[in-house]
Amino acid sequence: MSTTATSSVEGKPQPDKNRRPAASAKPVTWKLPVTLAVLAVIAFIFFGLLGPQGTAKFGVSSGGDFFQLPAIEVPAFLSGMVLSLILLGLAGYALVLKAKQNARPPRWLPAVFTVVFVVAFLIWVVGGARTPSISLAGLIAGSVTLAVPIVFGSLSGVLCERAGVVNIAIEGQLLGGAFTAALVASVTHNPYAGLLAAAVAGALVSMVLALFAIKYVVNQIIVGVVLNVLVSGLTGFLFTTVMQADADKYNSPGRLPIIDIPVLSGIPVIGPILFKQSVVGYLMYVAVIVIWIGLFKTKWGLRVRAVGEHPQAADTLGIKVNATRFWNVTLGGAVAGIGGSFFTLVAIDSFTKEISGGRGFIALAAMILGRWNPIGAFFAALLFGFADNLQSIVTIIGTPVPSQFMAMLPYVVTVFAVAGLVGRSRPPAADGIPYIKG
Amino acid sequence: MVRVLKLELKGITKRFGSLVANDHIDVVVEPGQIHCLLGENGAGKSTLMNVLYGLYEPTEGEILVDDKPVTFRGPGDAMAAGIGMVHQHFMLVPVFTVAENVALGAETTKTGGFLDLDDTRRKIREISDRYGFDVDPDALIEDLPVGVQQRVEIIKALVRDAKVLILDEPTAVLTPQDTDELLDIMRQLKSHGTSIVFISHKLREVKAVSDTITVIRRGKVVGSADPGASTTELASMMVGRAVSLTLDKAPAVPQETTFEVKDLTVIAPTGQHVVDGLSFGIARGEILAIAGVQGNGQTELTEAILGLHERAHGSILLDGEELLGRSVKDILNAGVGFVPEDRSLDGLIGTFSIAENLILDRYDQAPFAKGISMSPAKVLENAKTRIEEFDVRTPSGSLAAGTLSGGNQQKVVMARELSRPLRLFIASQPTRGVDVGSIEFLHKRIVAERDHGTPVMIVSTELDEVIELADRIAVLYKGRLVGIVPAGTGRDVLGLMMAGVSPDDAQADAAGKSPAGLPAGLPVEHPADTPATNPAPAAPSVQEPSSGAVGDHHE
Repeated sequence: MSTTATSSVEGKPQPDKNRRPAASAKPVTWKLPVTLAVLAVIAFIFFGLLGPQGTAKFGVSSGGDFFQLPAIEVPAFLSGMVLSLILLGLAGYALVLKAKQNARPPRWLPAVFTVVFVVAFLIWVVGGARTPSISLAGLIAGSVTLAVPIVFGSLSGVLCERAGVVNIAIEGQLLGGAFTAALVASVTHNPYAGLLAAAVAGALVSMVLALFAIKYVVNQIIVGVVLNVLVSGLTGFLFTTVMQADADKYNSPGRLPIIDIPVLSGIPVIGPILFKQSVVGYLMYVAVIVIWIGLFKTKWGLRVRAVGEHPQAADTLGIKVNATRFWNVTLGGAVAGIGGSFFTLVAIDSFTKEISGGRGFIALAAMILGRWNPIGAFFAALLFGFADNLQSIVTIIGTPVPSQFMAMLPYVVTVFAVAGLVGRSRPPAADGIPYIKG
Repeated sequence: MVRVLKLELKGITKRFGSLVANDHIDVVVEPGQIHCLLGENGAGKSTLMNVLYGLYEPTEGEILVDDKPVTFRGPGDAMAAGIGMVHQHFMLVPVFTVAENVALGAETTKTGGFLDLDDTRRKIREISDRYGFDVDPDALIEDLPVGVQQRVEIIKALVRDAKVLILDEPTAVLTPQDTDELLDIMRQLKSHGTSIVFISHKLREVKAVSDTITVIRRGKVVGSADPGASTTELASMMVGRAVSLTLDKAPAVPQETTFEVKDLTVIAPTGQHVVDGLSFGIARGEILAIAGVQGNGQTELTEAILGLHERAHGSILLDGEELLGRSVKDILNAGVGFVPEDRSLDGLIGTFSIAENLILDRYDQAPFAKGISMSPAKVLENAKTRIEEFDVRTPSGSLAAGTLSGGNQQKVVMARELSRPLRLFIASQPTRGVDVGSIEFLHKRIVAERDHGTPVMIVSTELDEVIELADRIAVLYKGRLVGIVPAGTGRDVLGLMMAGVSPDDAQADAAGKSPAGLPAGLPVEHPADTPATNPAPAAPSVQEPSSGAVGDHHE
């Protein structure tokens, strides 16, 4: 291997071997331009033509900030008109690109469109409210808070599916984590013990999934769904028989303290979301970054992704496919379990039935929207958290829009996001396909 | 120093349940040799290599490396012992880069487990330069042509310091030109001291590069052969009886053209024009072979004719009637017989009985059906006749079709399609994965159908088969028709056409390249082994015709 390294052998002229196969044109569909156009027209009619006449006021700073920024006040009708015209322009540009050059819009376009649409929507909602003023800082901080369990859940999904196992049981893992955190923290009087126990509980739920999906090759979706029902039933039963019987002893976990990093937490808007969090909140940022680096920059990640894409190839290179999958699924469960502890150790300090409220499924959507990438999943989860938070804030300030419609918002966003706006995303090739040797 | 390695398989037996895939096989691979394992599909070559590579555990027998017995618990052990393998279906992750694929499983890391791909890139460039591979370490695998992907596989093995390289049917996916380059690479590897175990059933290639040939039949070693042996000798060793490699076929008597494809374009879901403006006609009593490397629009062409493709434009005329836009059932009833390329997926229902499979296209017609009820007796009776007529080796027509061997399954499909009056017969890959004995039979049936006066279209990626059967050859490249050439066109010309070179250029190019009158398959120069004056050292005793319909088959 070493001696001949420099001696080029009987060098024959080699023709160009790296010719690529025919311009493998990915489909350029009308879906995205048309979706954008429809949304832009809706925006123009509601936010523009039918826009409220008042002024929308957005508070930027909160009381604790070390310097104060003035609140932003915008005329609702005018800005609604301007923003919706921008939206029409963007959609028109996408349509023209498709019609004239059969080209897809540039990557930034859907992102910019989404941001402008959300801003216009906010102005419309706030401008038409009884008290036309909200705190932007509070809105964003609240969004992050609501997103925490969704982020953990979607990270769990990423870890499992990158290794090739579909994890529908995220909901069950969150719920299991939430319950165990409450129980253990109550009994030990130590919320950190609860946090640890939540990770263990999530991992245990996941191990059941791994065992059936990998060892016994049971359909992964079915095992996942069954696990969700199982965990829901089990925690519900224990809640009524144990926790409710002696809530002081078994269901008063106490909260994890909010750790306020001096000075930094006083930065307007981003201070509270980055530097005024509980341990779970900080862990979320750490988990996103560590999992991203792990998956894409390390040996471990290369192997995990290979196992999820082409398990046979991994096997022929001496990588233990099923062991890798098993431990990844277990790790995913632990991550989701920590997310579950958020419900009972941070958000409120007790467990109730079905406290996870379907966020495990939203987490799945966030994972897909984030294209199986930890950072993508994080931002997707933030979007869902934002929709969730907006819904409650908007109900408080009193808008003409019925609150039932607002309650639907997170789910509408999910459907739009997953089905339309992102285009096609590609899951790991062996996702959900069991690997049987030989 | 280049370490050489002697590899010995002693009494290897591998059983899967009652099936004996390998039966006491002894093979010795001497250092620095190209050792060919020759055998038909299903003879047990791949099983043997999977045992050697640690993917299967042998039921009996042992593996010796440099005369010391070793046990491989997995591919990792085999690689550590210096054995590398290039699988028939590439073991590459399509969404990874070349470097990531090469690094996988043998990663160089910086502290903390971080990947050091730069190191891998350097190794790839080093090997790539040494053998003239010209591989870009940062290219995505899915963007690379198959030939280059194969080189990546070889690099993967070399990076792991393989001293013995197993190549499992490496030429199955290559164009004739790529194949020649691969054979050159094999010679180069040999000259660098790497032994090669070359698994193949293609006699031409085996003769061109091997130093030793071990013939395997039905899981047993039936002997070794000299690379100088004639193709006929090798073929009969492989099959176990005398086989005629040339097909006795009378010259075609083409009549009027009854089947015509005009300006056919098929658009894939991706928006790509997978068949692009295709026009050709087939006369009654003529076989048109569609040649081309896999994935150049052949599948979509046959699907479009059968009415299986939604986005097909143009015109497909059979006896003046338009087929395009009609339902599959309509088209079948119009007298189109179709043998699909993947029989187990599209040709048969494996869990249905042979008898049921034989009437899949006519289950609702007399005499098999009456009103809403079927007549099982008639179905079985039909099966009996067909099984006899097509020599399907099975104890009973009520067995599940999935239990048959590849060749017999294909006979069932062929029997079904040929048992009604046809106005067009299409067979896609009619003998893929079929034993040589059955190939002979299937080919005869196809020619018989032609002589019966049916226009016949054969789609095959095997050049040998195309040359054997065709009266005219149409070559497809990227969905376009490169040209239609008469039977008897040289294999080298066809090979160039399969790479997209126009027939005229291909003729000129081929004439310039083989001055010694050798077929392109035996490269004129490979300085690694021999002086250029002896152009075909691996097969000195064989004189091949320079062109002609029979290619390398001669008596």
